[in-house]
Amino acid sequence: MSDATPAGEPLLKLRGISKSFGAVQALADVDLDVPAGQVTALCGDNGAGKSVLIKCIAGTHEPDRGQIFWEGRPVRIRNAHDAARLGIETVYQDLALADNLDIVQNMFLGRERLRRRMLNEDDMERAAAETLAGLRVTTVRSIRQPVGSLSGGQRQSVAVAKAVMWNSKLVMLDEPTAALGVSQTAMVLELVRRLRDRGLAVIVISHNLNDVFAVADRIAVLYLGRMAVHDDASKFDRQSVVEYMTTGGKGLTGVGAGRADVAGS
Amino acid sequence: MATPDPDPALHPPGDEDAEHLVDLTAAPEAAAPLVPAEIIAQSLGDYFRARLVRIRSGDSGFLPVLVGMVAIVIVFQIISPNHSFLTAGNIVNLFQQSAVYITLGMAEIFVLLLGEIDLSLGYLGPVGAVIAIQLVEPASGNWPWEPAVVVALLCCAFIGFIQGSLVSRLGIPSFIVTLAGLLILNGAMLLLLAIGPFSGYPSLNGKSGNLHALYQFMWGHVSPVTGWIAMAVVVGLLGLFTILRDARRRRAGLVAPPLSVNLIKMGVIAAAGVVVVIICNLNRANIGVLSGVPYAIFIVLGVLAVWTFLLSRMRYGRYLYAIGGNAEAARRAGVNVARIRTMAFVLAAVTAGVAGLLYASYLGGMSNNVNGGQLVLYAVAAAVIGGTSLLGGRGKVSAGILGGLVIGGINNGLYLMGLQVQWQFIVTGGVLMAAVLIDALSRRRAVASGVR
Repeated sequence: MSDATPAGEPLLKLRGISKSFGAVQALADVDLDVPAGQVTALCGDNGAGKSVLIKCIAGTHEPDRGQIFWEGRPVRIRNAHDAARLGIETVYQDLALADNLDIVQNMFLGRERLRRRMLNEDDMERAAAETLAGLRVTTVRSIRQPVGSLSGGQRQSVAVAKAVMWNSKLVMLDEPTAALGVSQTAMVLELVRRLRDRGLAVIVISHNLNDVFAVADRIAVLYLGRMAVHDDASKFDRQSVVEYMTTGGKGLTGVGAGRADVAGS
Repeated sequence: MATPDPDPALHPPGDEDAEHLVDLTAAPEAAAPLVPAEIIAQSLGDYFRARLVRIRSGDSGFLPVLVGMVAIVIVFQIISPNHSFLTAGNIVNLFQQSAVYITLGMAEIFVLLLGEIDLSLGYLGPVGAVIAIQLVEPASGNWPWEPAVVVALLCCAFIGFIQGSLVSRLGIPSFIVTLAGLLILNGAMLLLLAIGPFSGYPSLNGKSGNLHALYQFMWGHVSPVTGWIAMAVVVGLLGLFTILRDARRRRAGLVAPPLSVNLIKMGVIAAAGVVVVIICNLNRANIGVLSGVPYAIFIVLGVLAVWTFLLSRMRYGRYLYAIGGNAEAARRAGVNVARIRTMAFVLAAVTAGVAGLLYASYLGGMSNNVNGGQLVLYAVAAAVIGGTSLLGGRGKVSAGILGGLVIGGINNGLYLMGLQVQWQFIVTGGVLMAAVLIDALSRRRAVASGVR
């Protein structure tokens, strides 16, 4: 999927991203590499800037300073359409699904297929069914049932399937397992692995370190709007991630500390 | 239906995750009540079983309002003097009265689907009607009726556009914007009524061919034979489209409702059509002959068909429902939310204009006695009784038909009994309350059984 990316370049590269809201500096000089075919976990305490960062990538916010490189080329992402054109899709915490619409209608919302200016329901239904089958989301009884009738895990699966339908190359998941039960969490994490195995780049925001260590290939920790550390998951243990999340890694000498690309210091 | 919970302590009753914990490959029956009957039923028996499950679990659809309608008919037929409720003349009159409530209800549904409300429609419609009448009136405009109607509806659209823009661009609550609109349009209607160079209020009776054309909207009718042909064509086309669509879906390997279900549905629609045409074709005049389907019925069905098509087959309708369900989701999906919302107010206004023309035609003119405040509340009531949610995202244009007939039926029946207007208000209010109560109770059951 990332054949357009020059060798050695990650699919997405952020350099020096800053973003302020009035007097509040939400992001300061953040660097991040997101390679294709890997899951990058974005961690950090509340208010660390995780959501702002993915909103900068998704085109919801535009960074004040800094550069975004996509497949090695500098790009500007001014709105959600720009992001979608590049192949960036976001699954937000509140899922952005309309409960009163059915699964097909939700998956195609905003990108309906038309035939003679009318909705081409058959075509959309078939494509949605194929995507869900490809992700092995098989628990829903009918893809014509309203999303409001689905369980939390099923809703999350629909939201993810919606994101990967569009030949996307990068899928960002904001707290995908928050508010899910144990087996539903397992189902969603399995889905995340499947995305990676398809060669997609995945960014997962999570508070849950179990989930982070279950799926992440790389871990990036934000602390007060700065990138505290950013490295392969194998370089971390729970203790060190918690340390970075709560203190930004000050005085940390354990695993991962030496190799961190500490930015903004 | 829930699979056994492996650890009840972790999942107290009511935890929505609990029942799905072991659900990854759960038996299909587990989800049966969640799914519209049409899409899982493969035979007639399946269909009715699925329907029954849904009704039991609280999703009763059109059933309460149908039951209510039957109850109204039976009660009024028994208690009305000389059992005159179910005479051909009265039923046609009922259709004509209801046409106004139905059309205004269908107008309101556009805005209700967004979770907004438009209080101004009650005077917006009459304002459109007065504009059309003044343009056609020989003493003032003396226009042909067609351009007058177009201009009147365009004026309505423009007023709807202004109100819709205030709501969707500036974020002012629709209740306030349209409340102001209600007052302003009330005044505007009185001004427009007063500018005429004639004395008294504009009447549609007789004077000119074009005024007569407006009068015919409600009181004109097609010949009995034309009524039959039109009914056959409408039912035939409806059936043909349904069968062709299902055949296409089956060819594409998708699920389609069984033929028997469609045949029954078409049979019910055809039977209703036959009954309506028979009633309308009976002689309803005291002296001479008066029979045939009124134009008003065709106008109402035309509005219903166009708006149903727009809401269920076009992208615009999909976005309207999406915004009503989750405006943020629609915005993130790239939907131009402000434009869709503004358009909803415009479409509601145009539909209200049609309702206003029907009302003027029904009254045989316009006067300052028109009570738009009451009209709009009846319109909201019609939409809600028909099953539209005030919270947005739920409802159909056809809800206006059933709700409007209920409101019209109550008014008509109480009028027959010679009861004063105070009782009309009280009974109508009671029925509205009952409709919302049934909806709320069924919703609670639905929540309890996991349908919503």
